[in-house]
Amino acid sequence: MAWLDSHLLSSLTFFPLAWAVLGLALPSDQGGKAAKWWALVGSLVTFWLSWILYTRFQADSAQFQFGELAPWIPALGISYRLGVDGISLWLILLTTFLMPIVILGAFSAVEERVKGFFFLLLALETGMLGAFVTLDAFLFYVFWEFMLIPMYFLIGIWGGKDRIYASMKFFIYTMVGSLLMLVALFYLMNQHQVQFGEYSAAITDLYRLKLDGAGWFSVQGVLFLAFALAFAIKVPLFPLHTWLPDAHVQAPTAGSVVLAGVLLKLGGYGFIRLAFPLFPQAVAQYQQVFMILGTIAIVYGAWVAMVQPDIKKLVAYSSVSHMGYVVLGLFSLNTVGVSGSIYQMLNHGISTGALFLLVGMIYERRHTREISEFGGITKVMPLFAVSFLIITLSSIALPGTNGFVGEFLILLGTWKYQPVLAAVAGTGVIFGAVYMLWMFQRVMFGPLKNPENEKLQDLNLRELVVLLPLLVMAIVMGVRPNLFFSKMDASVAAFLERVNPQVASAQPESATTSDSETSDI
Amino acid sequence: MLKLIPLFPLVGFTINGLWYALFQSRPGAKKASAGVTGALASLAILASFVVSWMVFRSLQAMPEGSRVIEESLFSWIQVGDLNVPMTLRVDVLSTLFTMVISGVGFLIHVYSMGYMSHDETPGKFFTYLNLFCFAMLMLVMGANLPILFLGWEGVGLCSYLLIGYWYADDEKASAGKKAFIVNRVGDLGFLIGMFLIFSTFHTVDFAELRQIFSSAGEGALPAGVSVATLTAIGIFLFVGCMGKSAQVPLYVWLPDAMAGPTPVSALIHAATMVTSGIYLVARLNFIYSLSPTASLVVASVGAFTAFLAATIAITQTDIKKVLAYSTVSQLGYMFLACGVGGYVAGVFHVITHAFFKALLFLGAGSVIHGMHEEQDILKMGGLRSKMPQTFLVFLIAWLAICGLPPFSGFFSKDEILWLSFASLKGSKVLWAIGAATAIMTAFYMSRLFFLTFLGKPRTSEAEHAHESPWVMTGPLMVLAVLSALGGFMGVPAVISEALGAHDLNWLGHWLNPVVPHHVAVIEGASHSLEWALMGMSVAGALVGIFLAKGLYFDLTRAERLKARFSALHRVLTNKWYVDELYQAVLVRPIVAFSRALWRGFDAGLIDGIVNGFGRVSLWTGQAVRTIQTGSLQTYAIMALLGLLMTVGYFIYGLA
Repeated sequence: MAWLDSHLLSSLTFFPLAWAVLGLALPSDQGGKAAKWWALVGSLVTFWLSWILYTRFQADSAQFQFGELAPWIPALGISYRLGVDGISLWLILLTTFLMPIVILGAFSAVEERVKGFFFLLLALETGMLGAFVTLDAFLFYVFWEFMLIPMYFLIGIWGGKDRIYASMKFFIYTMVGSLLMLVALFYLMNQHQVQFGEYSAAITDLYRLKLDGAGWFSVQGVLFLAFALAFAIKVPLFPLHTWLPDAHVQAPTAGSVVLAGVLLKLGGYGFIRLAFPLFPQAVAQYQQVFMILGTIAIVYGAWVAMVQPDIKKLVAYSSVSHMGYVVLGLFSLNTVGVSGSIYQMLNHGISTGALFLLVGMIYERRHTREISEFGGITKVMPLFAVSFLIITLSSIALPGTNGFVGEFLILLGTWKYQPVLAAVAGTGVIFGAVYMLWMFQRVMFGPLKNPENEKLQDLNLRELVVLLPLLVMAIVMGVRPNLFFSKMDASVAAFLERVNPQVASAQPESATTSDSETSDI
Repeated sequence: MLKLIPLFPLVGFTINGLWYALFQSRPGAKKASAGVTGALASLAILASFVVSWMVFRSLQAMPEGSRVIEESLFSWIQVGDLNVPMTLRVDVLSTLFTMVISGVGFLIHVYSMGYMSHDETPGKFFTYLNLFCFAMLMLVMGANLPILFLGWEGVGLCSYLLIGYWYADDEKASAGKKAFIVNRVGDLGFLIGMFLIFSTFHTVDFAELRQIFSSAGEGALPAGVSVATLTAIGIFLFVGCMGKSAQVPLYVWLPDAMAGPTPVSALIHAATMVTSGIYLVARLNFIYSLSPTASLVVASVGAFTAFLAATIAITQTDIKKVLAYSTVSQLGYMFLACGVGGYVAGVFHVITHAFFKALLFLGAGSVIHGMHEEQDILKMGGLRSKMPQTFLVFLIAWLAICGLPPFSGFFSKDEILWLSFASLKGSKVLWAIGAATAIMTAFYMSRLFFLTFLGKPRTSEAEHAHESPWVMTGPLMVLAVLSALGGFMGVPAVISEALGAHDLNWLGHWLNPVVPHHVAVIEGASHSLEWALMGMSVAGALVGIFLAKGLYFDLTRAERLKARFSALHRVLTNKWYVDELYQAVLVRPIVAFSRALWRGFDAGLIDGIVNGFGRVSLWTGQAVRTIQTGSLQTYAIMALLGLLMTVGYFIYGLA
């Protein structure tokens, strides 16, 4: 146990991959039952490891915790450097919480090459966790790229009929973004050598770099754009979002849930961990631009979602809208907006993840996602209807559900920055209700006209078990958000102090709760 | 103790909800009867009423001016400088609302046990009804704006669910959706108002806000706050009220909301939820009273809504639609009162209206029940002898809404008309609109009453209508008593004096100073003027009644009148074409524009550029295809190898 204590993050990160590799040795049985249960157990153990992390996390500290350090490529200052703060902690928990749900949810969806499917899911989990726990920028890049591979195959092999186009689009979009990021990263590592006499890729070292930040295309400005492009594609921010609807529609349910639930969050996380603290002056310079893009994303995503004939595409565009809130909150650069933004990332993981699972459940029954094929489903699938309703309400941010807390804080934070933008973005509150409730009505209400829908089976026990944790979380996060904020506040304050000292000092509670020094692990 | 008030209906909701979802919802499953689930739900809300009453009694025992009970449950949202504790607070204003909500709510629950007895899913109905009561109680008990908003949207959700309760009917489901979305438009206004309050005063707590204003002194602005800011706050919050309380231009959802079961119309769309807007304005009266502009907006919108809805009510033939437009109209009165500074009068009318309008709706429900779901008043007639109890209680409600003394509506409506004339914020125009509306109200309500209950049965259904069971008529009796006598809680000063009493306006004293009783009046607002106006309003009501009597005792006269003014009649039956206008100006253009964005911008422009890139790298795709063997293990091993090679390159290639 002592080894586990000092290597908790490594264990957490690499356990899923190691477990998956071991699982390759399983005998191939009929339907891949063994592989399914093997994967489920693995993801549950990973969740348990992250639970240990959660219980041991010091809430009042803004320092990186559970640090691990080992040399890797000393000549370039690249090392195996891990640590978490109150922001990454929650994203890790979101990942480990969603994975067992995704795996259990996929039990009936995958019939071919079962072993490979679950192997990739667990490998993907390692990639995502790695990106959240690392404090070395180069290692971050490695995990960032590594994630692409399993996702590419998940879409490309188990996807729908246009899966090749969708997976290539996903791959190219992401590659274009990340290559520029890599170049920028090398520049930074080299700059560290110029300024401090040695190479370093440690994120906290890079924070100390002095870079010219005056003007749109200063050093900071250009580097910021290089990083921001990669992250904005991932989020995805309007107008770089068009890979998302295709990827989602073609991806298998499990792929969609992980994509929406966790992968998109890496965009937001990248802004928080790298782009913002590395280039604070550039952030100030581009703040207005990104606030406007975020606002457009909210309204645009909602409008386009409204007219989608395919449920899954509708949910995909709703993601564009919801993630627009995340960008808006981050760039508001105040405690309320940034906290709301992080919270919104967790919310989106819960509610959009659940939406994709729900869509997958009726797809498995009917093999179509056309809204016009449905109608009156409530009558034959009452439990599905209740679950769908609760998640719909969470998605439209009804107070008492998680969605409200995030949107409320983000809009309030935006209001502090610029009231007009908050008012325009606030129309998303209206249009969000329009597209969700209109879709809900067309699918669930009305007469049961289509004879194919008459014999639909309601949720089975496994599906209930899959949905229940998400439904519970949607309510818990709406009623007791402070359980989450209390572990996040110190890190958010430290983040803001680095990024926006004026704002941080204007808000005494954030300035006093953290010391300004960044931790060096 | 406070938390018990919303807790009881929440527990009822949970029990009935789980019971329904897990054991009754499957197709073909045995459903619990309305008697059992309804009794459970009714008990929950009865318990809530008992606690509300005890809270009211303990407030009474406290010294005047410090009558408030507070209970903190937990910290809800605390981020940065925003602190929103989950605190319940009952003061002189909210205690009245908790009693009306739980009291009238209980009666309607009991009534529903009879009304919903033939329904297929009573378990679901009572689940929603209890959830509604919970949200409504939170709305009035919340100590700060976000909790009020929690209740505000919560009741909106229940309204949505209950309007579309018979979801298999697309029209009903659409009505529910429309209600929610139109309310959301208002809610954006509410949110903006809330943000403005927070950024101006750095608090969202009602008591703290009131403290800020009262420490600034009577009629003085708090330091650093401009009238313009208060006006903006007032107007944005009022936009929220336009949605929830169905005022022009956001009233269009309420008439459609009649698609829900009739007890729902009585509870949500007459007695409680729709009066939330008045509660909000009365709660924040210190803001409105300092902004003449915001007050004027409130009064004008209220007066205009009252008038417009009354004109539409005149030509409707669906018994529930008449009552729906009547509700819109009466809500307009309440805002008119608040707008001219008569917050107490507004609250007074909320209470009396809750009694008589709930009674009207439940009476209408009894009629519909007895007529086997017929709602067209032209197909009724002569029900007086078939349904004597319903007739009797409806008679009282009718007299109350017409504003004849001594029934409850007389006192509250008269107070509003008087203040719209005599208040410094009032005007002759506002009074004239209010008075004209009063005449129309008496007219359309008399029309409804005569066509339904008097004359001869016009169809065989009316011929064979039957009286409702006691579980329905019982609550009607109680409401009838309240409708008849409820007005005496707010007897105006002139009448008190004429009776030689000191001051019988219990309500005004009770609400002071949370809702100020005193209204600044114009010079020359004498007692004789008040008597004269009072006489005019009673005369106006009688004019309306006799006009209706002349027309609707003999339908051929009504037909002739209809033919003479056929153009006007068409406009009115089509509700001034407001829905059509919204459809053409807002809904269709937005949908068309969204489609154009999707096809033109998203799929056309952006993807065009991306695919252009894609074609360049087409060869990559083809290259990839040749190594697509389909074997996962191969892919995985290749990915691993690739990673190792990269790592190896960095270690050995550069070090």
